[in-house]
Amino acid sequence: MTNTTASSDVGDLQSRLSGEVPGVSLAWSTYQDQTRVVVPAADLLSVLQASKKIGFDQLTDITCVDLLEYGNATDRFEVVYLLLNIETSERLTLKTYLNEPDLTIPSATSVWFGADWLEREVYDMYGIIFAGHPNFKRLLLPQEFQSFPLRKDYPVKGRGERHNFPVITRAES
Amino acid sequence: MATEINKTVGDNVFLTTLDAAASWARANSLWPMPFATACCGIELMSTAASRHDLSRFGSEVMRFSPRQCDLMIVAGRVVMKMLPVLQRIWLQMPEPKWCISMGACACSGGVFDTYAVVQGIDRFIPVDVYVPGCPPRPEQLIRSIIDLQEKIQSGGTYNAREFKLRILPEGPQRFDEDELIRIRERNGFKLDPPTYDPVH
Ligand code: SF4
Repeated sequence: MTNTTASSDVGDLQSRLSGEVPGVSLAWSTYQDQTRVVVPAADLLSVLQASKKIGFDQLTDITCVDLLEYGNATDRFEVVYLLLNIETSERLTLKTYLNEPDLTIPSATSVWFGADWLEREVYDMYGIIFAGHPNFKRLLLPQEFQSFPLRKDYPVKGRGERHNFPVITRAES
Repeated sequence: MATEINKTVGDNVFLTTLDAAASWARANSLWPMPFATACCGIELMSTAASRHDLSRFGSEVMRFSPRQCDLMIVAGRVVMKMLPVLQRIWLQMPEPKWCISMGACACSGGVFDTYAVVQGIDRFIPVDVYVPGCPPRPEQLIRSIIDLQEKIQSGGTYNAREFKLRILPEGPQRFDEDELIRIRERNGFKLDPPTYDPVH
């Protein structure tokens, strides 16, 4: 019984979102009552605007997954948007795939301003560039940091950044 | 001559050196600067609070301005973004000054062997007393302050000239391999060197 309700809800959501962006190929899937849709990177901004229009008024989180050497993944990065419709408590997981060297996608700050720090954190950790962001720079790490530490090809102990400081001796201080 | 003076003033005069007098005064009025960045800071607060009562040992006056302090207690992990701040605060403290490294994280990075966490503050600033533990109990911190008082009294000079001789870095040098692996190899265990991290 719950299954039919869930699938009809999902079907409703699919048709609502597809109706807003005709011509965009959306790949839908569900897993344990979570609805997920994969969007081509080129159409990302229009799909984000459409999902806000159909009621997803809160951007819960933006995150990213580095799929290097993961299973039989063909793409390198997966940027994930977690959306919530506050009125109906519907949730939607929106994903897009990116590959090097073109790691630029449009910023979602024009849709939800709360994307500001989320996008800066994703840039900080994975190096995804969000075009059109009003204040695009690192959020957590020092500005002069060179690498993107949550990428899978970055060593967990770093590349010597944590030892790269002047040493103050007793006589100098 | 001495007996003449003794007759006149009795036990009211003590003879000592200027160094000893200055060190005695300094050791018994340490003004700690709490540099509490993580969970050890909670234990530091507990040490200063009424139950453990650090004021029994003459160093309860925590000041949050480094310019009013002479003892820095680094309680917690220091990340690479915080280390320049730590060094700056250390340089802002007036001489003579001392540093207690409290907890596994401040002493060695603790379990946080990651790209962002400094593997021991003694690599970059001088440290006088290390307190082991995760977190150390307040009794341990009190013990470290008593040890520091002994250290000040036994070696202090009134113009802090003992510090001028210490021109070399006091922490471990930069290492190219995991310290633990080298120690184990010295003890006869052969381990593969870490291949993922040549620079460390
Ligand atoms: S040594 Fe333990 S208690 Fe202290 S800062 Fe580190 S993790 Fe926290």
